[in-house]
Amino acid sequence: MTRKAISQRLRTIDIVNASMRRRNAAEKRFQIYGKLAIAAAMLFLIFMFGNIIYKGHTAFVQAFVALDISFDAQVLGLGDRRDKKSLASADYAALVKAALRQQFPDVTKRKAKRKLYKLVSSGASYQLADMVKNNPDLIGTQARVWVPADDEIDMLLKGYIDRKLPESERRLSDQQISWVETLEAKELIETRFNFNFFTHGDSRDAELAGILAALSGSFLTLLVTLTLAFPIAVATAIYLEEFAPKNKWTDIIEVNINNLAAVPSIVFGLLGLALFINWFQFPRSAPLVGGLVLTLMTLPTIIISSRAALKTVPNAIRQAALGIGASKVQMIRHHVLPLALPGMLTGTIIGMAQALGETAPLLMIGMVAFIVDVPTSIVDPSTVLPVQIFLWADSPERAFVEKTSGAIMVLLAFLIAMNAMAVAVRKKLERRW
Amino acid sequence: MQPTTLLLVLIVMAFIAYQMGFRRSLAVVSGKAKQLHSLPLYHGFFVALAAFIPAFLVFSLWQILENTVITNMVLNALPDEISSKAQGDVNLFVSQIKNLVDNGITADGISPQLQQAANYYAALQSESAAWLSRTTIALSLAGLFIAWRSVKREARTRNWVEKAVIGFLIACSSIAILTTLGIVLSVLFESVRFFGQVPFSDFMFGTEWSPQTALRADQVGSSGSFGAIPLFAGTLLISFIAMVVAIPVGLMSAIYLSEYASLKVRSMVKPLLEILAGIPTVVYGFFAALTVAPLIRGFGSAIGLDVASESALAAGLVMGIMIIPFISSLSDDVINAVPQSMRDGAYALGATKSETVRKVVFPAALPGVIGGILLGVSRAIGETMIVVMAAGLAANLTLNPLEAVTTVTVQIVTLLTGDQEFDSAKTLAAFALGLLLFVTTLILNVIALYVVRKYREEILV
Repeated sequence: MTRKAISQRLRTIDIVNASMRRRNAAEKRFQIYGKLAIAAAMLFLIFMFGNIIYKGHTAFVQAFVALDISFDAQVLGLGDRRDKKSLASADYAALVKAALRQQFPDVTKRKAKRKLYKLVSSGASYQLADMVKNNPDLIGTQARVWVPADDEIDMLLKGYIDRKLPESERRLSDQQISWVETLEAKELIETRFNFNFFTHGDSRDAELAGILAALSGSFLTLLVTLTLAFPIAVATAIYLEEFAPKNKWTDIIEVNINNLAAVPSIVFGLLGLALFINWFQFPRSAPLVGGLVLTLMTLPTIIISSRAALKTVPNAIRQAALGIGASKVQMIRHHVLPLALPGMLTGTIIGMAQALGETAPLLMIGMVAFIVDVPTSIVDPSTVLPVQIFLWADSPERAFVEKTSGAIMVLLAFLIAMNAMAVAVRKKLERRW
Repeated sequence: MQPTTLLLVLIVMAFIAYQMGFRRSLAVVSGKAKQLHSLPLYHGFFVALAAFIPAFLVFSLWQILENTVITNMVLNALPDEISSKAQGDVNLFVSQIKNLVDNGITADGISPQLQQAANYYAALQSESAAWLSRTTIALSLAGLFIAWRSVKREARTRNWVEKAVIGFLIACSSIAILTTLGIVLSVLFESVRFFGQVPFSDFMFGTEWSPQTALRADQVGSSGSFGAIPLFAGTLLISFIAMVVAIPVGLMSAIYLSEYASLKVRSMVKPLLEILAGIPTVVYGFFAALTVAPLIRGFGSAIGLDVASESALAAGLVMGIMIIPFISSLSDDVINAVPQSMRDGAYALGATKSETVRKVVFPAALPGVIGGILLGVSRAIGETMIVVMAAGLAANLTLNPLEAVTTVTVQIVTLLTGDQEFDSAKTLAAFALGLLLFVTTLILNVIALYVVRKYREEILV
C-alpha cells in the first residue's frame, strides 16, 4: 500500500470523525424535539384539567343564608284557608322579605330594601312553598331555614369578587357587602355542599341551576343507543366475520363502515333532522331521536372492535364445534360469541363513552332546549350533559362559568369511569390464546 | 289499543307460541326428543317467529305510514277555502288540528272548521288503531296456527330458524349501507331544493355570506346572499392552524415513542395521549373560548396586536391539540410496521439513530403518515363544537389568524338551531353546506384509507 493511499484512508476517517460532533448534536436535537412534543401535549393536558378543576371545584359548594322565618298566615295572605290551591298560590316571597327585614331592621328605604331582598335567591320562596305544601302545620310556627344565597353573593363568598375594587366596578354595592359581612359575623351565611347542583334541572338563576335534567337526558339517550347499537353492531360483526362471502358486496359494506367511522358527527345530525324529525315526525328534542342518531354514529366503532374480537377467537374452536356436529349458528352462539364477548363489550363501552360526550349532532335535532323538568321517558323534551355544558358556557354570568366547569368535571368523571370499566372488562375477561 | 300495548301483546303471543311449539314437538314423538330432526327449542322458536315476524312487519309499516295517510285524508276532506291557501298556512292548520287532538288546546281560538277537521282526524286515528290491532293479532294467530300445525317429527325447523337468524344478521349489516344512503339522500334532496333557489355558482364562488337577511320574507333581497367562499376560507384557515400544531407534535411524539422511548415510558405516555382523543369536543370548546382566547388576546395586546376575542388562532390551536392523538397513533402504527431490517441496514452503514429515522424509516412510512394526516385534516374540517364555541359567526374573508372567521360547521349549527321553517333558503343552505362537508371529508377519508391500506400491503409483503 502506498503512503498516499494510507493518508487518503486516514483522511476519510478524519472526515467522519470531524462530522461526528455535528451529527451527534443533530441526534441530541432530534431526541429533544421528540421529548418536547410529548411534553407539550402532556402540559396541555395538565393545564386544561387543572384549569377546569380550578374553575369548577367551587361549583359543588354554594352559599346559603339562614333566615328566621315565621310562617305567618297573614303575611302569606292565606287567612284561614289551608286547601292545596291557596297553599300553592300563597305569597312565600313575602315570608323571605319579612325575615330579611327583621334581620336588618335599620333598612327602611325602598331602594335599599330591594337590594336587601336580592341577597337571597328567588328559589328561597319555592323552597318555603315546598316545605309548607309537605307540612301545612308549619303555618303559625317559626323556624330557621337555610336558603340559597343569590349567585352574586355566592361569588363574593367564594372570592371571585374583589371586595377592594371601587364600588362602580363590581356588581355588588358597598351596602350589600356590609350586609354580607354582618351575616358572616353572626355566622348566618356559609358555604355548604350544593345538593341543588345534582337535584335540579336547568335554571336562569345560576344558584338554582343543576345537572339532574341533563344527566337523566343523557342516561335515557344512552339507553336508547345501547339497546339499539349493541345488538345491531354485534350482528353485523358476526355476519361480516363468520358468514359473509368474500365478494364485492361485503367489500362495499366494509369500506362503508370504515368511512362512516370518519364522517363528521354533525352530518349524522343532519341525517337525524331530515330523516327522523322531518320525515318520520318523531318529537323534537327527545332522547329517542338523540339515541337513534348516536346509534348510527357509534355503530362503526362498535362493529370494528367487535370484528377484531371475533378475529381473535382461534379457528380450532370453530372446527372443534363443527366437528362434533354443531351447525354454524350453534357453533357461533355456543362457542365463538361467548369467547368474543369481552372484546365486544369493551368496544361497546368505548362507543358509549364517545356517544356520551357527543354534542354537535344533538344540537341539530333540537336538544338545545332550556329544560327545567327532569325527563322521565324517551319522548320527553330533554337535553344532555354536553349540550348543557354548551348552553351554560354561553351564559355571561360569572357563576355559570363555575357551573360549566363543574358539569365538565362530572362529564369527565363519567367518561373516566366508563373507560376504566372497559379496561377492567378487558383485563378480567379477556383470554389470551 | 295503544301501539306499545299492542306490541307487548304481540310479544306475549310470541312467548305463548314458543311454549306451544316446544310442547307439540315433544308430544308428536311422545317425549322422545332424540327422534326429532330439530331440538324442541327450535320448534318453539319456529312457531314464535311465525307468530311474531309477519305481525311485527305489518305493525312497523303501519306506524310509519299512519301519520302521512291520515294527514292526507284530513287534508283532502278540508273545505276549499282552507286547502286553497298557501302551503305554509295549510301546514299551520294541520299542526293546529294535531295540537287540538293531542293536547286539547290551540294557540288561538277554535274555528268550526278546525273543530270539524280535528274530530275527523281523531275518528280516523281511533279507527286506524282498531284496524291495526285486528290485523296484527289476526296475522299473529294465523302464523302461530300454521306453524304449530307444521311441527312434525321430520320438520326441519332448525334450518328455518337459522335462516331467520342469518336474515337478521344480513339486515343488520345492511344498516351501515342504509346510513350512508340516508345521509346522501337527505342532504342531497334538500341541497337540490336549495340550488333551485340559489344558483350553484353563486354558492360556490360568491364572496358574500349573510343568510340572516332571509328572515324577512317580505323584503327586497330577502333571499340573502349565500356565497360560501368566506366559509371555506375560514374552515381552511382554522384547519391549517390546527395542522400546524398537530403535525409536528403528533409526528415527533410518534417517532419518539416508537424509536426512542423505553417500553415503560411508552406504556405510560401512549394512554395519556389517547386521553386527548377521548375528551369531548365541547370541553375543548369551553377551554378554547374561556381560557385560550383571552390568553391570546391578552398576549396580543401586550405586544401591541389587536386580536379579536373570537380569533381563528384560539380555535385552531385547541383543535390542533385535539388532533394530535389521531396523527400520533396512526403514525406510530405505520412506523412500527417498518421492518427492522431496514433500520439495521442503515445502522450498518454508520448512520446515527436520528439519521436512520429521517432518511430511512420516515420515507418508508411516509404514505401511512400521509394517510394519518389526511384523516386528521378531515377531522379538523368536520369538527364542530370547538369552532362553534371559540370561532366567530361573522363571515370575514381573511387570512389573518388574529381575526374572527366562521366555518362551514359553525354556519350549519347556527342556521339549524332555533326555530326554522323548512322551506327557506336559510335552512336549506345548511344542508347544502352539509353535502359539501360530507363529500369533502368522504374524499379525504377514501384517499387516506386507500393510502394506508396500500401501504400496509406493500410493507408487509
